Amino acid sequence: MSYQFDFAALLPYWPEFVRGLWLTLQLSAMATVLGFIVGTLCAIGRADGPPAVKWAVAAYVEVIRNTPLLVQIFLVYFGIATLGIRIGANTAAVAALVVNVGAYTCEIVRAGLESVHKAQLEAADCLGLSRVQTYWHVVLRPAVERVYPALTSQYVLLMLASSITSQISAEELTAVANRVQSDTFRSFETYIVVGLLYLLLSFVVRIAFWLVGLGVFVRRRKLGTAL
Amino acid sequence: MSAVANPTRAAREDTPRSSQAGAPVVRLHDVHKSFGALKVLDGVSLDVGPGEIAAIIGQSGSGKSTALRCINALETIQQGTIHVCGHAIHDPGLDRRALRRDVGIVFQSYNLFPHLTAEQNIMLAPTCVKGMTKAQARDLARAVLSHVGLAEKAEHYPEQLSGGQQQRVAIARSLAMRPKLMLFDEVTSALDPQLTGEVLKVMENLAREGMTMILVTHEMAFARKVASKVVYMHRGRVWETGTGAMLDDPQTPELRAFIGNGL
Ligand SMILES: Nc1ncnc2c1ncn2[C@@H]1O[C@H](COP(=O)(O)OP(=O)(O)O)[C@@H](O)[C@H]1O
Ligand SMILES: [Mg+2]
Repeated sequence: MSYQFDFAALLPYWPEFVRGLWLTLQLSAMATVLGFIVGTLCAIGRADGPPAVKWAVAAYVEVIRNTPLLVQIFLVYFGIATLGIRIGANTAAVAALVVNVGAYTCEIVRAGLESVHKAQLEAADCLGLSRVQTYWHVVLRPAVERVYPALTSQYVLLMLASSITSQISAEELTAVANRVQSDTFRSFETYIVVGLLYLLLSFVVRIAFWLVGLGVFVRRRKLGTAL
Repeated sequence: MSAVANPTRAAREDTPRSSQAGAPVVRLHDVHKSFGALKVLDGVSLDVGPGEIAAIIGQSGSGKSTALRCINALETIQQGTIHVCGHAIHDPGLDRRALRRDVGIVFQSYNLFPHLTAEQNIMLAPTCVKGMTKAQARDLARAVLSHVGLAEKAEHYPEQLSGGQQQRVAIARSLAMRPKLMLFDEVTSALDPQLTGEVLKVMENLAREGMTMILVTHEMAFARKVASKVVYMHRGRVWETGTGAMLDDPQTPELRAFIGNGL
């Protein structure tokens, strides 16, 4: 049983691969930034909000963590359409990914928030800082620094999971692959190439997180120690 | 028993330093505070005048920290009144932000922000609360750091400083807000004797400059030397009060026993 590899058949499609790669990166970047904001606000709401907010966030997190991403994507896509709002598949993909990763971010950041000692909050209070100022200057940076490795893994996972949005015909890397393999009938070669491209993307995401970490966690950069 | 049950200001009246001319900076009147069923403050009354240094001493668990925390509105009280720099602390409508501008507090555990340098720790409140520019706040931070003898440590992070240095940064951080009253809760208790000395020296300088201070301390020698008023708390009450000399001639068996054990 000998399989004749023919990667040359894929060559004409390289601009499409590049376009898919680029879109995957864009979708992931947007979902990462927005998901981080949503997740962090949820974490704060759950840790420090009024009971109704705590309850709502808890429900959101549990629903998302206990249902498949694919179902969430369809629900967001068709849900938004039912509301009479017309948005493209790519926008719907980002929205669904944000809803999904926001819940996981919430849980991770919440662990970080809990690691910040009550005495730190009290010190900030005694200096006259408002609650918002305390969160911004005293709580969030150490909290996020402590869970940064977990966040990085979560967002790599998000980038990989974005392949599922090909199901609502977002034109990302996996969607391109699906089309190329049905055109060329070189399925194995196509998915080998796509697999390698995802590996490359994972690497890029990790590098990006590392660089952002260097910029944000100045103390860690200078001293090299964990908080 | 009843003779010593409430010996509040039963002791002496020879208070050399208490420039009681102005209204008291701090006035507690019959303050009661419980945590659940546990009565922690049982009718505490105390006046501290401008420029006075009040040292609160007493066994662990006698309510010293709680008293200090009530003064700074970190705990709510069930009964009595507390006035601090013109703020009615017991009033539910208390303007906490205004209070925070007048009162600084330093804790045993320093509570510096670990991700910020000494200088940034100090700059935070002046920029956030007083709206200073970064440049103004930096100048201020340098000034208060030299005040506590740490000018050269401005760029250091807390973990790079000794306990005594961290505590001095914490004091400097409070001083940067130019408080009218400083509260110190066992600020040297976590330090070994050598580092204790450098922190006490900073506090002594502050006292000399006329800062009104209330300090909870186990440093009897320091209390005797610096305090204009010594307050011995026992079981949630002001058991005995007087000048530093009170420590040489305790009137109650409880204080006598406390001094006997403590020294
Ligand atoms: N937040 C709290 N909840 C319950 N009990 C407390 C709390 N804070 C202090 N206590 C109790 O109140 C008593 C007095 O504590 P504290 O004021 O810290 O004493 P001191 O500072 O003199 O050692 C202790 O028995 C302590 O356990
Ligand atoms: Mg205490």
